[in-house]
Amino acid sequence: MAEQHSPVVMDTDLDDAGLVHALDVTWGTRRGFWGAIATVDHKVIARRYIVTAFVFLMLGGVLALAMRLQLAQPEARIIDPDRYNQIFTMHGSNMMFLFAVPVMEAMAVYLVPLMIGTRNIAFPRLNAFSYWVFLAGGILLWLSFLLDAAPDVGWFAYVPLAGPEYGPGKRADIWAQMITFTELSALAIAVEIVVTVFTQRAPGMSLDRIPLFVWAMLVTAFLVIMAMPAIMFASSTLIMDRLVGTHFYNPAEGGDALLYQHLFWFFGHPEVYIIFLPAVGMVSTILPTFVQRPVFGYLPLVMALIATGILSFGLWVHHMFVVGLPRLGESFFTASSMAIALPAGIQIFCWLATIWAGRPIFKVPMLFIIGFIVTFVIGGMTGVMVASVPFDTQVHDTYFVVAHFHYVLVGGAVFPLLAAVYYWFPKMTGRMMSEVLGRWAFWLIFAGFHLTFFPMHILGLQGMPRRIYTYQPELPWSGLNLFVSVSSIVLAAGFLIFFIDALRSWRSGQPAGDNPWNAPTLEWATSSPPPSPNFCFIPVVGDRNPLWSTPGALAVASGLRVDRRELLVTSVVEALPQARESSARNSVWPFWAALATSVMLVWSMFSPWAVIWGSMPIAVTLIGWFWPKGTPEDDS
Amino acid sequence: MKPVLFVLPAILSGCAGAQSALDPQGHSALLLRNLILAIVIVCIIVWLVVMAMLLWALLRRDRPKQGESGVERRMRTAVIAAVAATIVIITGLTIASFYTTRGLGPVPNADLTIRVRAQQWWWQFIYEDKDPARTFQTANEIHIPVGKDVRVLLDSIDVIHSFWVPSLAGKQDLIPGRENVLTFRADRVGSYRGQCAEFCGLQHSHMAFLVIAEDEQTYRKWEAAQRSAALEPQDAELVAGKAVFMARQCSACHTIRGTAADGSSGPDLTHVGSRQTIGAGLIDNSRGSLAAWIADPQTLKPGNNMPLVPLSSEELRQISAYMESLK
Repeated sequence: MAEQHSPVVMDTDLDDAGLVHALDVTWGTRRGFWGAIATVDHKVIARRYIVTAFVFLMLGGVLALAMRLQLAQPEARIIDPDRYNQIFTMHGSNMMFLFAVPVMEAMAVYLVPLMIGTRNIAFPRLNAFSYWVFLAGGILLWLSFLLDAAPDVGWFAYVPLAGPEYGPGKRADIWAQMITFTELSALAIAVEIVVTVFTQRAPGMSLDRIPLFVWAMLVTAFLVIMAMPAIMFASSTLIMDRLVGTHFYNPAEGGDALLYQHLFWFFGHPEVYIIFLPAVGMVSTILPTFVQRPVFGYLPLVMALIATGILSFGLWVHHMFVVGLPRLGESFFTASSMAIALPAGIQIFCWLATIWAGRPIFKVPMLFIIGFIVTFVIGGMTGVMVASVPFDTQVHDTYFVVAHFHYVLVGGAVFPLLAAVYYWFPKMTGRMMSEVLGRWAFWLIFAGFHLTFFPMHILGLQGMPRRIYTYQPELPWSGLNLFVSVSSIVLAAGFLIFFIDALRSWRSGQPAGDNPWNAPTLEWATSSPPPSPNFCFIPVVGDRNPLWSTPGALAVASGLRVDRRELLVTSVVEALPQARESSARNSVWPFWAALATSVMLVWSMFSPWAVIWGSMPIAVTLIGWFWPKGTPEDDS
Repeated sequence: MKPVLFVLPAILSGCAGAQSALDPQGHSALLLRNLILAIVIVCIIVWLVVMAMLLWALLRRDRPKQGESGVERRMRTAVIAAVAATIVIITGLTIASFYTTRGLGPVPNADLTIRVRAQQWWWQFIYEDKDPARTFQTANEIHIPVGKDVRVLLDSIDVIHSFWVPSLAGKQDLIPGRENVLTFRADRVGSYRGQCAEFCGLQHSHMAFLVIAEDEQTYRKWEAAQRSAALEPQDAELVAGKAVFMARQCSACHTIRGTAADGSSGPDLTHVGSRQTIGAGLIDNSRGSLAAWIADPQTLKPGNNMPLVPLSSEELRQISAYMESLK
């Protein structure tokens, strides 16, 4: 191919209007169907991710209501046991793998590049690939549910129940492959985040000036990278036991059913923190805006994030306290599980100090943060309770645990997420959400949540096991169960108002302006919604709260080309400018690669040969993906 | 959270005979209940203190000015103090937990050992004896002498189950290919409900059992009765019932000692008439409920492994009368 040297255009060559136009031409997304498929703009992809994840939240919520309908009365026959088992498995798998983890990562895909002042995420095509793979995994799971063939073995699919002998049909295979889809997409994003944070920060944003949400996502990304191999091994060996007759988990042939539990929870416990750490990062980032002072204890907060991340790998056995492990080992895991209360406590105390020293503004995001603190502390306390081996022997696998993990995951992660949606919605859409509907949503969700889940602690102590599709009338659980079921309607109503508010505001909310909350971090330095290159000039940062310390215009760096996609690469620790690096253009190939990957993974549930034949189309699409196309980016 | 305090007195009282961790009727369960209460009370106090701090932080009037001297120092001191308190509290709770574990430690010589073999979705209980002729088994109901240490050897023949009688002890899983041991003691005469606590498939919800604690004498009588083979029926209806049982598929899965029925995949029915419930705690045992169960087990407990055996109403009456007579 003949080398064609187009004239080099630098950002300093143009006036303001010309620069905006030129950057938009270079970084923009083409209109039309194929333009939408091909885009690698992190904001567009993240928006899709977030919307998709919230759709899954809604569907998972409907499943929860179905369960509450069945459990409202003893021996109800509304849902048969087979469907019920599918429903609770779907609810758990959907909420963990299709909502909670993806939505947190999606928020990061949107926010991290903006918060650190760069133009796109690292490996933008991998990012597009990740979304399509995630979408395929979600469709696979929900399609199986519509066909009455959804997994029915619980969201952790213990063997032998999920093994070849007791889990007939394709149900457990669908679960295991859904895991493959979601872990693939999660791993892709984790790698992007690590590289983005380490190499693309705005000049001057040294490690001790990174916004806390970005720190949280960095730690989370490392957790994903280290925890996912365990579940990959677990789900792959499960599927091999089922499809090609290996005996990893078959005790009759020298396998071990407990090995699966160790592998699953070695991933499964960090998984909780993969959901929770982004949430506390959101709190640490949003809170200062609503008390109008910098967060107290930046360093301890960062240390707490890292400590939580490390400790999270030493707790998995507390999910296995009743399987009959040696007592000494169990005691070690009691101590380590209790110890994680320490970094959690440090964060709570730093937030309280921040509020104490600031001037609280009771807007909707702040309400959700207060609701988070009230609720999460209870979840933390019950976490300390189940960390004790003897205590756990009475509450393990009961509604007490159901209550505990909803306090931690809804109170500890979804409340901050809702705060984050109200907070960043103006940035993402250019429009404000409604304060009035937001308050209604908050109070209904907060009250509905506690009324729904608090009584479950008591039900658990009264001996009600989890995952039962019904219970007998002579057991003393009917009253509380009916109460819980009715309360769940209040909770659902709150979410309904939230969704209505989000949709309404997206179409016709009040225009937001660049920085409606007077927030200190870089994403508020650009317009709302941000232009496709994020920033016309890369900002230069002098401290942790750049928009507060320099109320006027930020200092900026110039010298990037605008006729091709170019980023500024900075050093890991000090964020000193090091190089200009090109960033990938839009491409449809990640879509085709994701499609080929999905076909291979689904096919492999039916024949092991799919792994051989199915990888050929993948190879073709990857060749298309990486083939030099003579674009300016290829020349660099 | 408002319900905490109001609810506490209500849950403390528990309700007798129920399947509740708050209604301990044995040594282990009592130790556990005390630990649960201690930790819950400590946690409620901590939560109230944190909430008080939160309220103060949110609502106080005299806000410090930005950069006011001493504010940072005061906050640092407060946070360090709170972290130190956290360390003290969780250390205390950890130690309390260890001591409870030690109190629950293994009992060297149990007075009675029962082998428990869980399966989808019922409990097989084997009272083993050195003399195989004295070994007997029952289903979904064990009797134990009150005040004696009972050891259960836990195993599963299919998937993972969990043995849990909250009023007597914490739970322990039954895992295929492993043997777990749990020791417990009932301190009062009574009947305590237990239930499978690990999700085990379609009828996980209906996999309950009873532990009946009796005084020594009653227990010995029960044991002797269970050890004996089934009585030969005399009454014409019962004889006919037995004939139906032997002629149909029933004997392929069920054993009735003293007869030709020696199937092993379903519960041993030698003394089924003496049990309080049928279908693993599903319904009370009576001639009517036995008939209902035999006539259509799949409606009462959908998905269970007992097939529908077509019987005439005459045969159904005879066979349920025979079952009821197997005391």
